[in-house]
Amino acid sequence: MIPTALEFQLLLPVLIIAAGILISLIIEMFSSKSEKILPWFSIALFVSTAYYSLLTVGHERIIFNSMLAAGGTANIFFFVFTFGAAIVTLISIDYIKKIGMYYGEYYILLQSAVLGMMLMANAQDLVMIFMGLEQMSVCFYILAGFNRKKIKSNEAAMKYFLLGAFATGFIVYGIALMYGVAQTMSIPAIANGLLIYSDNIIFVAGLLLFIIGFSFKIAAVPFHMWVPDVYQGSPTSITALMSTGGKAAAFSSLLIIFTPLFATTQSTLFQPYLVVIATLSMLLGSIVAIAQTDLKRMLAYSSISHAGYILIGVAAGSELGIASVIFYLSAYTFMNLGTFGIISMIENKDEGNLSLNDYSGLGNKKPMLAALLAIFMFALAGIPPFAGFFGKYYVFIAAIESNLTWLAIVGVLSSVISIYFYLRVVVVMYFQKDENILNVEDSSPALLGIMISALLVIVMGIAPGSIINLISNFVK
Amino acid sequence: MIEQYIPIFLVLAFAITFGVVTVFSSEIFGPKRPTSEKLSTYESGMKPIGTTTERISIKYYMVAMLFIIFDLEVIFVYPWAVQFRSLYNEFGMFAFYSMLVFLIVFEIGYLYAYKKGGFNWD
Amino acid sequence: MIPIEYYLSLSAFMFIVGVVGVLTRRNAIIVFMSIELMLNSANLTLVAFSSYLGNPIGQIFVFFVMTVAAAEAAIGLAIIISLFRNKKTVNIDEINILKW
Repeated sequence: MIPTALEFQLLLPVLIIAAGILISLIIEMFSSKSEKILPWFSIALFVSTAYYSLLTVGHERIIFNSMLAAGGTANIFFFVFTFGAAIVTLISIDYIKKIGMYYGEYYILLQSAVLGMMLMANAQDLVMIFMGLEQMSVCFYILAGFNRKKIKSNEAAMKYFLLGAFATGFIVYGIALMYGVAQTMSIPAIANGLLIYSDNIIFVAGLLLFIIGFSFKIAAVPFHMWVPDVYQGSPTSITALMSTGGKAAAFSSLLIIFTPLFATTQSTLFQPYLVVIATLSMLLGSIVAIAQTDLKRMLAYSSISHAGYILIGVAAGSELGIASVIFYLSAYTFMNLGTFGIISMIENKDEGNLSLNDYSGLGNKKPMLAALLAIFMFALAGIPPFAGFFGKYYVFIAAIESNLTWLAIVGVLSSVISIYFYLRVVVVMYFQKDENILNVEDSSPALLGIMISALLVIVMGIAPGSIINLISNFVK
Repeated sequence: MIEQYIPIFLVLAFAITFGVVTVFSSEIFGPKRPTSEKLSTYESGMKPIGTTTERISIKYYMVAMLFIIFDLEVIFVYPWAVQFRSLYNEFGMFAFYSMLVFLIVFEIGYLYAYKKGGFNWD
Repeated sequence: MIPIEYYLSLSAFMFIVGVVGVLTRRNAIIVFMSIELMLNSANLTLVAFSSYLGNPIGQIFVFFVMTVAAAEAAIGLAIIISLFRNKKTVNIDEINILKW
């Protein structure tokens, strides 16, 4: 069937980015001033896509011969990805010059990674999930090693690549086994026959392999070993995108797979697995983060524990659970982007100034940055007026409603542990006097990006009810 | 079913036995009088130069990688070309334009590699 | 006609060889080859099912997996080369500046 003009119109967010990549390639090829043009072009691209996605969020439809979905949760994810990527671009502009890794491909790869994420969020077919995942991952492998003269960056890229490709192997084999039983790769079609397939050992094995592959991508324990190294070694702006957009995209695909699974009576099939990895991720992430002195590494472990909290929402499986996952992911995206933005400003050109002690006395030296960082730390720790608290709150409520009260208790326990290491940063900034010299190069685009994230974190904290209602409207 | 393979298994067993027996019997029964000439690597009568783990110039790498990528894209064009008549009957010019879009995207990538000097030999 | 179980057993065996290779080998390039073996075992499963079910979707998916594997090969080798330029080794046990 030939797709209609309306279908193309509904797919416009993806098409804008795709066209933008080609235009950026041409700009990079022919213009000698691409360094000046490309970042602002990317930001315009991302912001316009984010705006258009929100505009068409009500047009829910399955398009392109049931390959893709348009509208609804997919568009909410589009907004998170593209707006997040716009903030990452703002952070990157001065950062990549400071680090000395300006190559024109940077922004093009950023756009390609976002395109991959978008395909993951609106896929209705296992082929599309795979293609989106690979497009995103391949771009991230390159971006992680983008600072190619630095051995740390090389090492991070290599570890990320080997373990990422390993996970891809699991996903492809899982898809192959599921296809053999279901005779189709269309997710709605598989969901229709789920009751029959779930007795078939080959299908269940395939689904399990698929989910294990995605557990790698969302960085859940016990598949988390790459996370600290990769987050620490990659350029900070890339870590920002990887830990937010990449994680959100993997979760969006997991939701696409799990929503039909929970709609049938088979919700018990994988709930034990999710519960176990959620518990392990939360506890291990929070406890190991206490011992870290490198801020990026600490945030990597915090990212593992956040994956655990989000998995609680997935395991709950109810409508509220899914809505809370989306809320949590958006909140997490903006608070993490802000934090990494500040780290990228404070980091010096030899990848120094990353340890906790370098932040001592920041409250006096750079009161503005310190205040913003304090906001993000409070938000990540889940302290009330900010978005992080309500993310956790809704996830825990969803767990209690689905009779997973003890999981919510573990979650609360783990957030109490995590408050220690988040607040330690604030304490070091304001109360630990230190006379070491900290040269922070001012960067107005980065500051703008950080302030926008802070604003969003505060807004999501002030009006969480209306946002979660908005999301719930689109969760079936 | 499996009976059909018996001759192959017989040949396989014979070949393996023959190989193993000849190699090991010459090792066991053959006389050994090593000299430096005999121990050197056999290089068709020439004197061996350098080691066997010779590095190949990195400039082959770019060409090889670009070849792999652009070569594999052809697998999308090939089935399309073979089936074009029936595709055209079903979808009309849409079948043509969709491949055209693919090729344009592809060509921009090719042009990019060319402009960035991916094909420069030095 | 060879029964489908034979293909499935072969591909499952190949997959396990690949997984074991990734977990035990220490040379980055051999680890990468093991990953390619895993992808190819999945391809074999897909093609076997596709032929068995008379359903072309599996074969089309194999095309995508192959292209993606090629892209991954190009990038993986590029990463390994850039690491080798700085570190002069491809042994993943010696790549340990970041705690592994």
